[in-house]
Amino acid sequence: MNKPFDNRAWFLVLPVFLLVAFSAILPLMTVVNYSVQDTFGNNQFFWAGTDWYVQLLASERFHQALGRQLLFSAIILLIQIPLGVLIALCMPRKGWTVSLTLVLMALPLLIPWNVVGTIWQVFGRGDIGLLGYTLNRIGLDYNYVNNIGDAWVTIVVMDVWHWTSLVALLAYAGLRSIPDAYYQAAKIDGASRWSIFRLIQLPKMKHVLIIAVLLRFMDSFMIYTEPFVLTGGGPGNSTTFLSIDLVKLALGQFDLGPAAAMSIVYFLVILLLSWVFYTVMTRDENERQGGAS
Amino acid sequence: MKRLILALYIAFLLVPIYWLVNMSLKTNQEIVSTMTIFPRDITFANYMTIFTDPAWYSGYINSITYVVLNTIISISVALPAAYAFSRYRFLGDKHMFFWLLTNRMAPPAVFALPFFNLYSAIGLFDTPLAVALAHCLFNVPLAVWILEGFMSGVPREIDETAYIDGYSFPRFFVKIFMPLIASGIGVAAFFCFMFSWVELLLARTLTSVNAKPIAATMTRTVSAAGIDWGVLAAAGVLTIVPGAIVIYFVRNYIAKGFALGRV
Repeated sequence: MNKPFDNRAWFLVLPVFLLVAFSAILPLMTVVNYSVQDTFGNNQFFWAGTDWYVQLLASERFHQALGRQLLFSAIILLIQIPLGVLIALCMPRKGWTVSLTLVLMALPLLIPWNVVGTIWQVFGRGDIGLLGYTLNRIGLDYNYVNNIGDAWVTIVVMDVWHWTSLVALLAYAGLRSIPDAYYQAAKIDGASRWSIFRLIQLPKMKHVLIIAVLLRFMDSFMIYTEPFVLTGGGPGNSTTFLSIDLVKLALGQFDLGPAAAMSIVYFLVILLLSWVFYTVMTRDENERQGGAS
Repeated sequence: MKRLILALYIAFLLVPIYWLVNMSLKTNQEIVSTMTIFPRDITFANYMTIFTDPAWYSGYINSITYVVLNTIISISVALPAAYAFSRYRFLGDKHMFFWLLTNRMAPPAVFALPFFNLYSAIGLFDTPLAVALAHCLFNVPLAVWILEGFMSGVPREIDETAYIDGYSFPRFFVKIFMPLIASGIGVAAFFCFMFSWVELLLARTLTSVNAKPIAATMTRTVSAAGIDWGVLAAAGVLTIVPGAIVIYFVRNYIAKGFALGRV
């Protein structure tokens, strides 16, 4: 793949550049602006330097939200990645069930995020929800509104419900790229189920699994709508993740300075993660192309 | 064994959705007072409420308006850009591609407040166009990535042959190239549609009355008489329908779309 070098290609990219610059750079500049100033209302701003950053990085509230966020993302990855791979291995490879399975599995991915929250909010209620009612009936004291543990379990189960299919579909796409000849060869060699998985399937899924891990990590890292609808960040602050905390600060309290400083820190974390994602993805592609040519 | 695991998983996915559908067909009386696996008397009153009350159905119209606007804008700017990335190297191409990715990954919460200020300042606040433009933040990069993936699958010899045959670039692009990647355009459009449809935070922040999306209408069903569960459930079911219909057409490309065209 030797692409010709031609700077005129910039003309083709220009519309995208202008549009994204308008909706990304301009707002980001506003945020930077806010993050170094203080205001007492009336649109009067005062230079505050790095005060907000110092305050933020030292604040208990931010540490706790960040801690909860990391814990949540870790739990999500530990459950969804193995489960997704397991499901992908169970999916049919041919026949009429393939389409049906794909469509049914993708269904949760296409539901508006607040409706996902609503579904689980209703489903988990002790009085009108099947899940809450059943759990209470068999003697478990389940209440996601008051009990911190139950709230966490509900949010994690909800996210597993919502996104595991994504991991499964990606893993499935990886599995389908394995030619049948590989399996036949393995059969002739008398390979066990486990060695087929470890030596044939896992290496072939490596590329898609890296994408899945990074996507799930980043998306769970900025989760907002679903827990917001389900628990509103409660009970107390126990399920207030970074995005929820940020929106509370910015739009709820209109504390522009601290909210802006938090946005910048948050964004830098995401930027770092995106860079890892990009490097891994393009390195993988170059390797493949190098191997092919 | 495989069948069983898969069946259990799909049951786990479908039961909460079934519960929502089930509730939407009940009266509030039945929802609150008893626990029934099937609705005793199936009623479509909840759906009628939504289809006859402007406060409800205008929410759907608003949502669809900005989603369609966004899809059109995203795809039309992404097409030439994706072509440039897939065919040429140019100054800063790698940085540009990475920068686009960071926007797909940026948390909407970071942008909520500045968007509110920006769109208020230029007088677009509370219009579908504001939401459509805001959603371009993550949809344009997504469309570029997906389309680039599909375009790279088309051999460059086709471009060269067309130029030798005397096609100009715009004519070649529309007449020859776009039909070749028609499925890619479909998939990219679907993903733009979808991510704009499921997003709530920005859509809610940028609208108040006139362009309020259905998702935001749903968060305000709490009235003095308590929550109208039946109508809430019916509204939820209706938001699932568009996705459920189009999903069939892109079922084989779903993984590709979510992986930003990189599977």
